[in-house]
Parts: sequence; C-alpha cells; structure tokens
Amino acid sequence: MAEQELRNYHLNFGPQHPAAHGVLRLVLELDGEVVERVDPHIGLLHRGTEKLIEYKTYLQATPYFDRLDYVAPMNQEHAFVLAAEKLLGLEVPRRGQFIRVLYSEIGRILAHMLNVTTQALDVGALTPPLWGFEQREKLMIFYERASGARLHANYFRVGGVHRDLPPKLIEDIYNFCDPCEQALDDLEELLTGNRIFKQRNVDIGVVSQDDALAWGFSGVMVRGSGMAWDLRRSQPYEVYSELDFDIPVGKNGDCYDRYVIRMEEMRQSLRIMKQCIEMMPGGPVHAEDGKVVPPSRADMKRSMEALIHHFKLYTEGYRVPAGEVYVAVEAPKGEFGVYLVSDGGNKPYKCKIRAPGYAHLQAMDHLCKGHMLADVAAILGSIDIVFGEVDR
Amino acid sequence: MDESLTELGEHILGGVEDSALGYSVEFGELTIRAQARSIARVLKFLRDDPACHFATLIDITAVDYPQRARRFDIVYHLLSMHQNQRIRVVVETDVDTAVPSVVGIYPAANWYERETFDMYGVLFSDHPDLRRILTDYGFNGYPLRKDFPLTGYVEVRYDDDEKRVVYEPVKLVQEFRSFDFASPWEGVEYLLPGDEKAEN
Repeated sequence: MAEQELRNYHLNFGPQHPAAHGVLRLVLELDGEVVERVDPHIGLLHRGTEKLIEYKTYLQATPYFDRLDYVAPMNQEHAFVLAAEKLLGLEVPRRGQFIRVLYSEIGRILAHMLNVTTQALDVGALTPPLWGFEQREKLMIFYERASGARLHANYFRVGGVHRDLPPKLIEDIYNFCDPCEQALDDLEELLTGNRIFKQRNVDIGVVSQDDALAWGFSGVMVRGSGMAWDLRRSQPYEVYSELDFDIPVGKNGDCYDRYVIRMEEMRQSLRIMKQCIEMMPGGPVHAEDGKVVPPSRADMKRSMEALIHHFKLYTEGYRVPAGEVYVAVEAPKGEFGVYLVSDGGNKPYKCKIRAPGYAHLQAMDHLCKGHMLADVAAILGSIDIVFGEVDR
Repeated sequence: MDESLTELGEHILGGVEDSALGYSVEFGELTIRAQARSIARVLKFLRDDPACHFATLIDITAVDYPQRARRFDIVYHLLSMHQNQRIRVVVETDVDTAVPSVVGIYPAANWYERETFDMYGVLFSDHPDLRRILTDYGFNGYPLRKDFPLTGYVEVRYDDDEKRVVYEPVKLVQEFRSFDFASPWEGVEYLLPGDEKAEN
C-alpha cells in the first residue's frame, strides 16, 4: 500500500458529448472529482471561413457569416455589412436600419432562448427546451418569411437588406411579442426559483470584473460581473440610440446571474422589437447607389443601365476603397467584430472574424479550476459557446 | 471624434517614446505603428496609463503582404471600456523573427497568438504553449498565408477497407479558377506575346 502511486486522472470530454454544445474536446485533469486543469481542443469544426472570404466577392462573403454563430445568423451578417459600408461610406435608409435592428433582436432571442434552455437541460431540467424551442420555431418562421431560409438567411446586404418585409409579416411579429413574454414568464416559473437549478448554478463559475477584462470577455459575460457595458448603448450603431431599452447588469458574476441577465435581455429585445415596428418609417430598405446595390427586377426589364449594373454586380462585384476597419456589434454572445482589410479590389484582402465565444472558451481553464466535474457542464453552458463561431 | 483620437495618439506617442513609429486616424479609428521588439512595452503602457486604460484585448491577428521584406503585419485590437475607446496597434515582422508574446500582460492573448502562429506561422517568443489550435492534428503549412492554395494540399476520406480515415493529396476534377477582374484600363500589365521584343 505504501508504494501505491497517486496520480491525476485524465478524462476526455467530447468531441461528441451532448453537454459540449457542439464538437468540443476537453481534456480534463482530475484529482478525484475536482478539476485541476482543462485543456480545450478546438478546431474540429474549422472550415477556413476567413480564407474562403479572401477568394469571394463581398456579396458572396455574406452567407459565410450565417454559418458562424448559426443560432443567431443575422447578427453576424450585421457586423460584416457594417464593416463594408464603413469602407464604402454608404448610408443605409432608415427603414432598412429598423428592419436590421428588428431582426438582430429576433436573433438575440433565438440565441438566448437556445442557451438558457439547453443550459437548464445540462443541469437536469427537460421541460425548458421543449417550451423554449416552440418560441424559437415561431421566430425562425419570421426569418423564413423575410429571407426564404429558416437559418442561413443571407438577408442583410451591404447597403441595406435584401427585400422589404410584407405588412402582414410585420403585424405578425408585433402580435408575437406579448405571447412570447408570457412564454418567458412560464420559463422563469420553471427555473428562476427552482431549488435544483439554483444549487447547480449559484456561485458556480464566478468571474470577477478584473478577470472579465483580462480575459477579453464581452457581452453577458462582463454584464454578469457588474459592468454596464453594451455596445448597443456605449457605441451605438444603426438606430439603437433612439430606442428605449434597459441593460440588465449582474452582481455576483456566477452562472445564475448570467442566466437571469439572458432572461431579462430577451424581454428587452421584445421591447425593442415592438418599438421598431411602431417607429418604422416607409421608404426604401436599401441604399440607392447603383454601383453597390443591385437594381430591382422591374428596372432591369426597362433600363439598359440597370441590366448592366446587375450583370456587373453579380459577376465582378463592386470595388471597395482600400483601407482597414474594425467594426463590432453586440451579438447575443458578446462582441462580434470584423476586421476588414481592403486593397481596393472586389474581394476582401483580409477578413478577420473576432468571435466572442473564442475568448470565453479560452478562459475555461481559469473558470473550472477547483470546481467539481459536474460543474464543467454548467459553466460550459453558461458561457454560451457555439462552435460555428469559435472554430470558424 | 477625430480630434480626440489625434490627441490620444499624441499622448501615446509621448508616453512610449521611441517604441512607437507613428499614428494615423482613418475611418474614425486610431492606429499606432510600433516596433515589434517593444510591443510588450507599448501594450503595457496602453493598459496601465489612466488616460488610455485599454484593459481588454479584443483580438490579435496578422495580415500577409508577401511582396514586402517583412511580410507580416501583426495587428492588436484593444478596447477600453472605461474610456469607451478602441485602438489598433500594428507591428511588422517576417517569417523568422519572433514577436515578443504579450500573454504576461493580457492572459487572453494566449489563444490569439496560438491562432496567429497556426494560420500564418508567425512565432511568438516566450509564449507558454505555442501549439497549433484550429487546424487538424498533424497539419502542415500555414493556411492563411497568401501563397497557401485555397484548396489546401490534402483531403480526407473514410476508407472502407482500412476502416479508418485516410489522408490523400487533393485531386481536383477541374483546375481551381480565380478570375482577374482588374480592368485593363486601370493599369494592369498584360504581357502580350511578342511585346517583350519591342523592349529590346
């Protein structure tokens, strides 16, 4: 017995594990049931998006952004089109801006709804995903009615959005808001005061303010730690500065605070959606610059110039002035940024995608150290990662 | 907006002295060009100086310009949540010269530097764990370099006889086409057959 050697136990978590939310391989070093070290192996979903974008025109590059964080596709497109518009100096008409904001908030609810409910599933509750996914389904139908696709919408375009929304769709989105609020109440009834849910989440994965800054956190991860930081407020883009909404901020920085913030953010998103619909003016949904935005089908039948523009835009694309910009939006998971370098050609010279989940996942080792094995799933759920954007 | 950025740029140039080469404000964004060997000093100043307070490292990446002698631009993006300000720091390096790692200043730099190493082959000295991160186990080459082909060099498939995934050289049914859209009126040099004789 005296000769017995004690050594740490290595555990492979994933790449196929239901609580890994995708293809994550975690190499865990355990001392009994206590986690000593976490080494996340990522890249199993690496598709080389950034390389592909360098070989595509700006129009062809947009769909790649749907496939990053595939639970909130339009929020990603948003960052890219804003970056290209900044280089081009293009102004988006107000109706286009309101539609973008409306759909960004739908994306936020889609992402938070998935995250909150699946995190509850990870810690043992089965009903929330069943209830939450019913609402997601309705939202994805709104995506489909606007763009023709439930997930990979490719709806935001440089200069505006692809097509205008039909009046019936806008009405249906408005009528969706109040029942969805009711559904959120039901979800909260299941989780917020639930003893088991609280035991699994309160004081787990605590992030201090200094940690949040040092590890490059953004979004809910910094708000949970008590920093009132939201890009929609602090560096407003589109029409966010005109809208009235609150930024929920946590106190303890644990998994439970992050859950509560996500629930409240969904309610605020519903509030923003209603305001967008009430304030939405008429008019065009995309810029009128014929050198960037394709002409309408009707124009093409009558105007030679429109026909030429259409042909040129769909083959060669448009040229973007040389320069480099970094544009970030408040995606559901945090700061989603695009660093775009143009050499003046019709394709981006370099397009670096800054995904919030990448920074959050990197801190897994820091967050999990000293926690029990079962808490790893709870922490992983609450930092809200999607591998489409982490691996790119 | 631009005046405050210019002011900040001057302040930083004064603070880090010869470590910085200059600053520019374009598209409402402040860019500092710095010496690669003193990047740690610049970032430390940007983080600790009360007027800057860039406590969050947003991103590290590289841009490849193969025609240059020092072909890589290493780009650091920083954010100050206290001052509500962003900044970009750019340093130049080449394939052989390592850039000092900034993991000691920003722990978040760890994975970003690993990714830059993985994608461009840029070396970071004193990095605690400079492994590949996104590419496959046992991958060769640096995919985001401009001279790396879009299709890559190997492809994988499941081999039913060997009962495992095998790696094979890429076989393209059709040659990869990359069209040159540059207009001949914009000064592209097309060498017509026979033209070179006129020079002599």
